[in-house]
Amino acid sequence: MGGVYILSVKNIKLKRDGKELLRGVDLEIGECEIHSVIGPNGAGKSTLAYLLMGIGGYSPKEGSVHFNEEDITQFTITQRAKRGITLAWQEPARFEGLTVYDYLSIGAGGTGKVSENTLRHALEMVDLSPDKYLHREVSEALSGGERKRIEMASILTMKPKLAILDEPDSGIDVVSLKEIVALIQDLKKNGSSVLVITHREEIAAASDKASLMCDGMIVKTGSPAEISDFFIKKCKPCDVETHDLKGD
Amino acid sequence: MDVIKLDTSAEFAAMADAYERSGGDPSVLKMADVSSLVVSGNKILSANQTEGVVLEKESTESGVYIMLTIKKGYTIPNPVHLCFGVLPKEGLQQINVTMIAEEDASVELIAHCTFPNSEHVVHKMDGKIIIHKNASLTYNETHFHGKKGGVEVIPQAKITIEEGGRYYTGFTLISGRVGLLDLDYEVDAGKDAICELNAKVYGKGDDKILIKEKVFLNGENARSVIKSRVAISDNAVAEFTGVTEGHAPYARGHVDCVEVVQGNAIAKAVPIVMVDDPLAKVTHEAAIGSVDKKQVDTLMARGLEENEAVDAIVKGMLK
Repeated sequence: MGGVYILSVKNIKLKRDGKELLRGVDLEIGECEIHSVIGPNGAGKSTLAYLLMGIGGYSPKEGSVHFNEEDITQFTITQRAKRGITLAWQEPARFEGLTVYDYLSIGAGGTGKVSENTLRHALEMVDLSPDKYLHREVSEALSGGERKRIEMASILTMKPKLAILDEPDSGIDVVSLKEIVALIQDLKKNGSSVLVITHREEIAAASDKASLMCDGMIVKTGSPAEISDFFIKKCKPCDVETHDLKGD
Repeated sequence: MDVIKLDTSAEFAAMADAYERSGGDPSVLKMADVSSLVVSGNKILSANQTEGVVLEKESTESGVYIMLTIKKGYTIPNPVHLCFGVLPKEGLQQINVTMIAEEDASVELIAHCTFPNSEHVVHKMDGKIIIHKNASLTYNETHFHGKKGGVEVIPQAKITIEEGGRYYTGFTLISGRVGLLDLDYEVDAGKDAICELNAKVYGKGDDKILIKEKVFLNGENARSVIKSRVAISDNAVAEFTGVTEGHAPYARGHVDCVEVVQGNAIAKAVPIVMVDDPLAKVTHEAAIGSVDKKQVDTLMARGLEENEAVDAIVKGMLK
């Protein structure tokens, strides 16, 4: 990576409804790097993902976010998206009347910006039949698993510089997990950096780097093996009152 | 079969143009194998009837009287096209229409109503629709209005569906300003009848939208869905009333209303469900509010500006 960071997060603090959700997060992601963030429920992983995307209500009270050396801390979602950042939600939204074709086209820059073949290929990449799905609505008629796959297809067509994936593995089976790992690696091959929020060791293991998050802080960053070892051997139980990791 | 009487006047051309801009294909109005009727104000500009279709029409002082019958046992292969409009800035068009689908008949009707230059146009429809035993009638009506508003659309219809009959209707007014819409449909559904009422309306400026749809499930195993999608912005107001009453065993009905509100617009939804047979069941759901934030955030994260995202979501809902 040579010390070139596409994303640099420094001392980010976030308070919502009187509760401190992020307590000084530092994070750096290199170009074409797959970076996993793991940690227990309530650690602030999804909060960090929303903050990085600029979702309303997740503006930091302190700290900075730089993307390609530009300060984007106060940027809107659209401004960030136009610079190449996008987010795949853990629970993707449903859209009555909006077809998969419409949805993928929006991610690809608008209807007509890419060929239908490109959109069909993206669906094939997530193991969905284009003939069956391209003209279906992204609505409640689709299962949660189908919508997650379409969400991933949307990310593939967008070709972002940084894809933030919030638990792409939730609610899927082991076979699909392997597909998700392959898709993340495809994103990297196509030039994207990937920040993936996950509980799954298989995804963390396929990353270039991993960070352990606990109680609103990045506790440790290193290779996936280091973080996994650290998590298993030294991180149970976590003393959230003092932020000291017992046995550390 | 009647000989087609084509009116090639400038008025017909203007109506055909308005018809096309409202989403219709004007070439169908000249096809020999397609039943059609074109009415401008109170003038019948063209009419055609095909086998199985009996189309009686008569110009009245302020509109037109229509009696459309689909003969027993006929399935009409091509949709029947109806084109109504008022081209001047002002005018009154009163449509008195009776549609009858005789036993085992099947037909689809596509109506386009165009008021492209309206400043003060009143378009009234008094409809009576009878769907006899095992017949099927689909009626889709799309409106094309100008940008100034100034239209009053007042469609009223009483629909009777006999045993095993099927009635599907869609009312769409999403192009141009609504003006005033006061829609009032009432359905009497008999044994094993199926009824689906859909309305999609986009109100802007000071538009006023009143939708009243009532279904009485009077026959055993009668089924119905009332589905309404309304988006309003600026200072528009909308009130949807969806009534479904289950009066027979195994009758099933559902009322589904979604209203999206932007700006200073005000929306109201009144679902009224009633059952007086212990074996009948009627349900309802209604959602009113701004566009879902997560939907907007998702499309913004794909690169749309906020207003573009809202527009895409609303258009999708009304599609």
